[in-house]
Amino acid sequence: MSDSILNSIILLASLGTIAAVVLYIVSKKFYVYEDPLIAEVDDLLPAANCAGCGSPGCKAFAEKLVATDDISDLFCPVGGNEVMKSIANLLGKEVNEKEPMVAVLLCNGSCEVRPKTTQFQGPDSCAISAMIFSGETDCQYGCLGKGECVDACDFEAMYMDKETGLPVIITDQCTACGACVAACPKDIIEMRPKNKRDLKIYVACMNQEKGGIAKKACSVACIGCSKCLKVCPSEAITIDNFLAYIDADACTLCRKCVEVCPTHAIIETNFPPKKVKVKTHFNASPSQSKVELKTENDA
Amino acid sequence: MLKTFPKGGIHPEENKLTSTKEIKKLPTPKIVYVPISQHIGIPSEIIVAKKEKVQIGQVIAKSAGFVSSNIHAPVAGTVTKLDKIIDSSGYKKQCIVIKTDEKDPSNYEDIVYPLKTEIILSPKEILQRITDSGIVGLGGATFPSHVKLNVNKDKKIDHLLINGVECEPYLTADHRLMLERAKEIVIGVKILLHALHIEKAIIGIENNKKNAIQNFKKLTKNDKGIQVASLAVKYPQGGEKQLVRAVLKREVPKNRLPLDVGVIVHNVGTIYAIYQAVQHNKPLIERVVTVTGKKLEDPSNYWVKIGTPIQNLLDEVGGIPENTSKILNGGPMMGKAVKDTHAPVTKATSGIVLIADDEASRGKAINCIRCGECVYVCPMGLEPHLLMNLTEKHLWERAKSEDIMTCIECGSCSYVCPSHRPLLDYILFGKKLSKN
Amino acid sequence: MPTTIISASPHVHSSRTSKRLMYDVLIALSPAFLVSIYVFGIGALLVTAVAVASCIFFEFVIQKYLLKTAITITDGSALLTGVLLAFNLPSNLPIWMIIVGSLVAIGIAKSSFGGLGFNIFNPALVGRVFLLISFPVQMTSWPTAIENQGKLVDAVTGATPLGIVKEGLQMGETMTSLASQIPSNMDLLLGITGGSLGEMSALALLLGGIYLLIRKVISWHIPIMMLGTITLMTGIFWLVNPDLYASPMFHILTGGALLGAIYMATDLVTSPMTRKGMVIFAVGIGVITVVIRLFGAYPEGVSFAILIMNAFVPLINTYFKPRRFGSKIKTKIV
Repeated sequence: MSDSILNSIILLASLGTIAAVVLYIVSKKFYVYEDPLIAEVDDLLPAANCAGCGSPGCKAFAEKLVATDDISDLFCPVGGNEVMKSIANLLGKEVNEKEPMVAVLLCNGSCEVRPKTTQFQGPDSCAISAMIFSGETDCQYGCLGKGECVDACDFEAMYMDKETGLPVIITDQCTACGACVAACPKDIIEMRPKNKRDLKIYVACMNQEKGGIAKKACSVACIGCSKCLKVCPSEAITIDNFLAYIDADACTLCRKCVEVCPTHAIIETNFPPKKVKVKTHFNASPSQSKVELKTENDA
Repeated sequence: MLKTFPKGGIHPEENKLTSTKEIKKLPTPKIVYVPISQHIGIPSEIIVAKKEKVQIGQVIAKSAGFVSSNIHAPVAGTVTKLDKIIDSSGYKKQCIVIKTDEKDPSNYEDIVYPLKTEIILSPKEILQRITDSGIVGLGGATFPSHVKLNVNKDKKIDHLLINGVECEPYLTADHRLMLERAKEIVIGVKILLHALHIEKAIIGIENNKKNAIQNFKKLTKNDKGIQVASLAVKYPQGGEKQLVRAVLKREVPKNRLPLDVGVIVHNVGTIYAIYQAVQHNKPLIERVVTVTGKKLEDPSNYWVKIGTPIQNLLDEVGGIPENTSKILNGGPMMGKAVKDTHAPVTKATSGIVLIADDEASRGKAINCIRCGECVYVCPMGLEPHLLMNLTEKHLWERAKSEDIMTCIECGSCSYVCPSHRPLLDYILFGKKLSKN
Repeated sequence: MPTTIISASPHVHSSRTSKRLMYDVLIALSPAFLVSIYVFGIGALLVTAVAVASCIFFEFVIQKYLLKTAITITDGSALLTGVLLAFNLPSNLPIWMIIVGSLVAIGIAKSSFGGLGFNIFNPALVGRVFLLISFPVQMTSWPTAIENQGKLVDAVTGATPLGIVKEGLQMGETMTSLASQIPSNMDLLLGITGGSLGEMSALALLLGGIYLLIRKVISWHIPIMMLGTITLMTGIFWLVNPDLYASPMFHILTGGALLGAIYMATDLVTSPMTRKGMVIFAVGIGVITVVIRLFGAYPEGVSFAILIMNAFVPLINTYFKPRRFGSKIKTKIV
């Protein structure tokens, strides 16, 4: 009896010793020197591993930050200016302050205003459905509504609105990592500056058809009438292929274009209500306005 | 035992409703929409301007490279627009819109050329004629024919294979052509044998077209070089690699062409077009299209000008019947579901198939039960279930090493899957992304 | 809802569906079920009913409250698991044990892997083996056939022919002296013997097997190769010493060999996907079965053999791929 106890103790002890020796040798032999700065920078980064910076993860980004001399082009969209500043202080390098960005959906074609003319049967994937055909509606540029952007979002900043069939971006949670932009096969998500109090004006349409065809497919499409172009005091609006685009840097948020747009394709967000109310389709869905209310209160 | 390819394949319902219907001429459309990209390769270059008058058969878009093709005016008339028009893919593509000149008699006359058996042109001239006439593979792949025929000298070709298989259900365009223009096709084969300096040609036809087989056997009795092979009915026998395997027992190596085993394959429709081009200098401006569907009163085969809106064909057979939920450009196995019936007929359109709602709707996809049926039917020896899985997980490198690129997109896997899984949808996507 | 449908090709589909495959197997099992009712009476009906009901119930509960996924109890897979589990149980098993077995089959062997199509092991067999190991006494006292017709309680129990042979040989008897105790081959074929519900009549099982082959639910590879291996191996031993080893005919007809070969090993989910792989898989099952039967502690080894080979299926699928068209060929490239 005591023999078997002794035997097992000896066996386990020797096994443990051998393992320890092997581990020791391996750790010495294969030791890789790592700059302690990398760990420190990594600690400062938000550890979201979203790849919004272009590197495959926070650790890789930390390595890049330490290795590169001029880090003014590098930016962590999740951490923002604060994190970048503290990293710059730690490394003794210079960073540029960047305007915080937010994802914006450039399509307002809800089920109501952009009726479906065909029915797609296949996988619930925007990319596959875009590969097979142009979409269930007559607009070949707009949102397909399968929600691949929502799946791509790591920050729970997006959800699908069942009523409109469009994704909704919760601006407070959006870190501008760009995952949704990459996931969208129709390229209808754009990163735009967040501005003060999240005030934004943009054309929520990508339709490059002539006015009549665009309007027929979707009643809130940009028809390229160039009314906004004429009214814009700061020359922020350009029209290409019957589609208006507002340059966010030049835009002074005067809201003149919103008023003149005949199809309500230009959307303003988070502005206090004007005395003369402008009816926009964008505020039609209840969930949408709820989100906006929340952000307004926060502001 | 009839010849066939050994691995995989399926037997879908044939539904060849129009195999006894003679090919009729579709009335010339008032407007034609000619896409500039009707072939595999570089889109052609437009060489006409808006408001320009064009003659029938005039080149309106020039070949823009080696793997490209000329496009000719299918009607005489005026170019009204150079615009983007919705095509069968549902996207808008660059088209040349021509308004038919209703006073020009060349648009309406139905010339039946007398059979011209003598081959006068030299091989070089023949190839040039084929290049100029904008002939592409009419079986559906639309690969420019002159590229196929431009054989490098170090390749040794010994067989010309004529693809008269038409394994797609419903379609009978090739079948009718083989019955009605058999003599021309035989001369077309001789033209190609002459141009390629080879002696042996085999016409492969599936055994469900017995009259076509007999017809050719009778016509080629005295030609030692031309044989007729009757093949067992199995989809996808019309696939180039499957056909070469079935007829000649030669297996085309992975990522190679039939050329590498000494074979050149051409569709019967292409051969007829080559005959027309070489003997009568007539470019490819019309083709045979089967318009069919179970609910149609009078499904039929038509000679259709390239660029005719699909709607014209549907009007000709009496409009879209009730409960039609899918209009296909091509056959039910590989065709495209069309979103807008104003999409034009192209060189690739071998049929317009209408599918009623009881057949059109896909079953709800459920979990894979790993029955292995997709593996069993895949003619390329792939594992579709695995490829779908890898594509879903975006593992492109793995998918590539599992030979996703060799998939011929025949759709046999999706056809048999008892769980109704969209295998081919994912594989197509995987192929697209694995390329990069 | 717009009526025009757009989808990728192909636009037609064969009439085979997963549901139909499941129900085809059930139809194929019905002759064996009728035989078991004839032999064991109401007990067989009760065991099957309880197993099926509890399997479906557990599937429903797990999908609705635990996994919160779509309910798929109508696809026939839980029903089939229940029937197959019942076919592997003695007809006088206490009802609570059947329920425990169903819970293990559905809960552990199927749902914990991810539900239909994701399980590595055959759920019914996992349930059966779990019961066999946990309750060996109840699981191995089979009511002997004829005496029990119409009775539910007080059934006469006894060992299966395989058990008699195993025990007898271990006691030092020979096949010849055991001959009087084991049923004749004809009895085995018709099913007048002791054993689990579904292993009774070889004839009924074969009939179902032929139906499955005609309907192309299964291919011949697994049943033929597995039974062939068993015949070959036991045949060699039998020829060497017919006194110590039973005849191959006896091995095929008794126990779960036929039930296993036709219905359990061919389970679509847990068998390999290629024909080559199926052959390897079936030969493996055959070898392990014979080894357990002749040299192991248990008289019967089909369930264990199938479960062991189930574990190898992913490996088999990885290494026995179909030959890619155009690879490794002799055709000369010009």
